[in-house]
Amino acid sequence: MKKKRKSISYAKWGYIFILPFFASFFIFSFIPLADTIRYSFFEYYRSGIKEIGPNFVGMENYVSLLESDMLKYAGNTIILWVIGFIPQIVIALLLAAWFVDIRLKIHAKQFFKVVIYLPNLIMASAFAMLFFTLFSTNGPINEILMAIKIIKEPIDFMGSIFGTRSLVGLMNFLMWFGNTTIMLMAAIMGISTDIFEASELDGCNSIQRFFRITLPLIRPILAYTLITSIIGGLQMFDVPQILTNGQGRPDRTSMTLIMFLNSHLKSKNYGMAGALSVYLFIVSGILCFFVYRMTNGNNSDKPGISAKLRKRARRG
Amino acid sequence: MKKKYMSILLTAALAVGALTGCGANDSKQKDSDTKKADSNNDGEGKVINIYSWNDEFYKRVLAVYPEVKETSKDGSVTTLKDGTEIHWIINPNQDGVYQQKLDEALLNQADAAADDKVDIFLSETDYVYKYTDAEADAAIPLKDLGIDPEKDLADQYSFTKVTASDEYGVQRGSTWQCCPGLLVYRRDIAKKVFGTDDPTEIGEKVKDWNVMEETAKELKAKGYYTFASYADTFRLYGNSIDEPWVKAGDTVIKIDQKIMEWVDNSKKWLDAGYLNKTVKGQWNNDWNQAMGSKSKVFAFLFPAWGIDFTLKPNWDGDNGAWAVTNPPQEYNWGGSYVHACTGTDNPQHVKDIILAVTANKDNLLKISKDYLDYTNTQSGMKEAAKDNKTYASEFLGGQNSFEYFAPVAENIKIAPLSAYDQGCVELIQNSFTDYFQGKVAFDKAKTNFETAIRERYPEITEIQWPK
Repeated sequence: MKKKRKSISYAKWGYIFILPFFASFFIFSFIPLADTIRYSFFEYYRSGIKEIGPNFVGMENYVSLLESDMLKYAGNTIILWVIGFIPQIVIALLLAAWFVDIRLKIHAKQFFKVVIYLPNLIMASAFAMLFFTLFSTNGPINEILMAIKIIKEPIDFMGSIFGTRSLVGLMNFLMWFGNTTIMLMAAIMGISTDIFEASELDGCNSIQRFFRITLPLIRPILAYTLITSIIGGLQMFDVPQILTNGQGRPDRTSMTLIMFLNSHLKSKNYGMAGALSVYLFIVSGILCFFVYRMTNGNNSDKPGISAKLRKRARRG
Repeated sequence: MKKKYMSILLTAALAVGALTGCGANDSKQKDSDTKKADSNNDGEGKVINIYSWNDEFYKRVLAVYPEVKETSKDGSVTTLKDGTEIHWIINPNQDGVYQQKLDEALLNQADAAADDKVDIFLSETDYVYKYTDAEADAAIPLKDLGIDPEKDLADQYSFTKVTASDEYGVQRGSTWQCCPGLLVYRRDIAKKVFGTDDPTEIGEKVKDWNVMEETAKELKAKGYYTFASYADTFRLYGNSIDEPWVKAGDTVIKIDQKIMEWVDNSKKWLDAGYLNKTVKGQWNNDWNQAMGSKSKVFAFLFPAWGIDFTLKPNWDGDNGAWAVTNPPQEYNWGGSYVHACTGTDNPQHVKDIILAVTANKDNLLKISKDYLDYTNTQSGMKEAAKDNKTYASEFLGGQNSFEYFAPVAENIKIAPLSAYDQGCVELIQNSFTDYFQGKVAFDKAKTNFETAIRERYPEITEIQWPK
């Protein structure tokens, strides 16, 4: 009995210290979340300054969303994401492999790591604004191209589907490849050097080493990068929103799901916007489940890395 | 394992939660220490809150309201002689921010503390109807405030009074400006192409759309654009529609024949090269650049505020390079209306301010002189039109623009308004941009408009196209 009394439980301090997070999460995230789901079953918007609703309409919002162009916008979102993600992952893999390779003896590694990460620190909207100005029909890029006589007429970058989409992809690539590189570097560094040494002794060249050893061993992290990037991509809106002035021009081909959501919020259409959010929530939830399965699955090689990395990564 | 699962779920929940937070209102003006003034009007509150989207009204109040004593350095608080403070709450118009903030404040108006209540707010012609709506009852009828529109505002242009009235004809707002539009053209281009820059002769060349098209051909032959963008001509068509976009109480959008004419002509003009293809709409960088000295654009269609507020800052050459003349069609563009807000605790002050800024002829003439506004006084503007000495504009090379504004103002027949004007005007221009640029077919542009308008106004049930 005496012994038991003496032992102090520190657990309650733990709970007290995490309480602020849970309290603020509950107030600022959980309640709005619950409200969003609740309102998605209501007709609730503003006409002028008159409030309409909330009137319960059941699944009507969900049905009318399915009838609208929502799937087309989902398609746009995926396309925009793919255009940005493919170069991002290729470049990031390449850079990560180079940076980590001891024999390449790259100097000022730290400096380069900072530089490639920098675009991520700029606000996406500011970045988009910059590109909008740079690539506008009377902008500097066109002027330079015309001055060095590559083109005669200014190119209307933002007027074509290809132009707008590639610009969005380019921006997303620039913003996120640094982040991905650093994540993949950590993954590669987590591979035991013994394995590399052994492979070299066996006569492996660098290409073989990359494809046969590095890539398979970082596969869980790659999968993780992929899925978090999809989730981030699903929420993409700032870049195309600013670049196309919220219109998703031309012909709504660069309108993403969240931009679609925003245009509902212009009329404070909480019902419809709520329903759309719920759809997104479900998709993100499913993807999260896959991340969870992949990073915590039964692969025995390095359970430590994935946990460490998950803390670091947000999206990309 | 469970915990990890939970944490992932919570992260996802956070992400979605963050999306839902967008509409939250955090703009509540913090009442800085409102010092109690010694002398105060009986029963009047100590703070007058004025909602606006730029400093236009602010400047004019400071210029003409005699009770103004001083303004704080940051311009956010103006103190009146009796100790009452005017708090200026300014939110930009872009992306509907101003209306969002105002709407939020109006919804909370009943519960707000006396000094937090909105007392005066401003609206633009594009959305004035939203706020003068009788059912919404956001703006106090002027009569209830003690202003008799028949008597006190007799000198105002009648169309401005109609615009500020609800569907029963009760006037719920007043304005100091009247916005007849003109054609503003570059003198140097006129000389090169037509051999003259005389406003009367140029006026002949742009007197109606048919003559205008011939003129456009001449300009094109010499390598000049007539206007910068198809959006430039929109107001001439859009503000002469016969029926409102949406009839009061109805949920059907009727697109007027005039709008379709604008679409057809814009396409024709753009394809013919009379408009600059690289300028897509207004209020963007390309459009601003089209007003610079390097641009090949001959003319713009602007009311008085456009010349002073838009053209002048974008022009990088000397004064006197531009001149005004009659437009191909009389039109009106814009106008800021002043409303007394329902629930105000300072009705007397509000009434005084409205009268001082919008009904006092001397004050209005002062505004015309200082800010080049075409002000809302019929007799005053007639005088100004003749007074070439006082009202000569330096920017227009000594031309008296009022001489040209006056006849346009006389002939303005204001288009019937609806609460949906802003969205309709904005979205029809956006949707047909793709059609003008040759990206989509005509019918696709129509469907895109329908999609966009239904998103903006969920209550719209049907969209009717002419023919």
